[in-house]
Amino acid sequence: MEEKVAIIEALIFASETPLTAERVVEILPGTDKKEIVLLFGELVREYEQRGSGVCLREIAGGFQFRTRADLAPWIRKLKTGRPAMLSQAALETLAVVAYRQPLVKAEIDRIRGVDVSGALKGLLEKKLVRIVGRKDVPGKPIIYGTTRKFLEVFNLRDLSELPTLRELKDLQE
Amino acid sequence: MSYEIKLDIFEGPLDLLLYLIRKNEIDIYNIPIALITAQYLAYLEMMRSLNLDLAGEYLVLASTLIHIKSKLLLPPDESEGEEEEGEDPRAELVQQLLEYQIFKEAALRLENRPLLERDVFTRGAPGEAPSAAEEEGEAMMEVGVFELVAAFRRIVAGFDRPEELEIDAEKMSLADRINEIMEMLSEKQQMTFVELIGDRTDRRRIIYTFLAILELMKLRMIRAYQSGPFGAIRLFLAVEG
Repeated sequence: MEEKVAIIEALIFASETPLTAERVVEILPGTDKKEIVLLFGELVREYEQRGSGVCLREIAGGFQFRTRADLAPWIRKLKTGRPAMLSQAALETLAVVAYRQPLVKAEIDRIRGVDVSGALKGLLEKKLVRIVGRKDVPGKPIIYGTTRKFLEVFNLRDLSELPTLRELKDLQE
Repeated sequence: MSYEIKLDIFEGPLDLLLYLIRKNEIDIYNIPIALITAQYLAYLEMMRSLNLDLAGEYLVLASTLIHIKSKLLLPPDESEGEEEEGEDPRAELVQQLLEYQIFKEAALRLENRPLLERDVFTRGAPGEAPSAAEEEGEAMMEVGVFELVAAFRRIVAGFDRPEELEIDAEKMSLADRINEIMEMLSEKQQMTFVELIGDRTDRRRIIYTFLAILELMKLRMIRAYQSGPFGAIRLFLAVEG
């Protein structure tokens, strides 16, 4: 049991992308997904209790070690360059896509009241938004959605981790 | 005399309108259209005098505001029937403003999350995870239709033995094949053209596979890469997902 936890910890450490339970089952014979998920949970708690500077987070359906958010000022000293920030236009466009996906560009234009071509192009290039397909109406407009990278960049387990539109609405009233 | 002009940057006409509403401490459900329209137009005038690029959307909203204002001035239209209490001409705009406001808040929440490479960091991570193509080790170049046609010819030439071209009663549609290919690709991340065709070599299957790939490339749902002239053509999903 303890050995398995150690193996999983090492796998997560060595993995470039968030490690999924399915992947661990492939690697560790004789285990099942349920068991691995439990062991993931155990590791998460271990890191929390230790007050570690690194925490284990569930990201985009997998697990990944990430530094604690409050330690960012120190890590920024280590890193060169400033993090690439999204413009307000890009953030608003991304928010509309995240909540209303799958959707066409005309719908984003309508909600934001501006032409979002530029912002959308930037998001596609940054791979935060992707083309999901085409809508079966005249003109076959392109349908957009968010990517796995969107979840990774915004530190999200899945889309349901975002506050719902209703919660945001209630907040304003 | 000199002016110091502090100009808020607006994300669009709705943003400007929300700003005016907040600045005047107005109830969004009961917008004094005359006041807001006057202020809105004054802002547009100022932006114009500063030679700021005034996007067409600002003018569209200006005309909407003036239209609403004129509707409010006119007596209710008799012909519209009396059962309806004449809908508030502002209703649609208010709805739009409320919706936009929610997404502005959603955008703010997104920005305040612990962001990768700003607040949280992964182990020695480079700025960006390499794409599947880059992980291949060798430089891959994106291929177009012509390379695909050439590959198609090579495959057909290799398979084209008459005894294998039996009549296949199996019905196949392009849509089915597209879905199959997307499924296989999302499972395996990348496949070569030959792998996609599989070891069943009936002509119809090859042709449908080829057409499906062309269609998917046109839709930009998949990308084709080749490691060099005559290298195997590999197909990837256009984006992870």
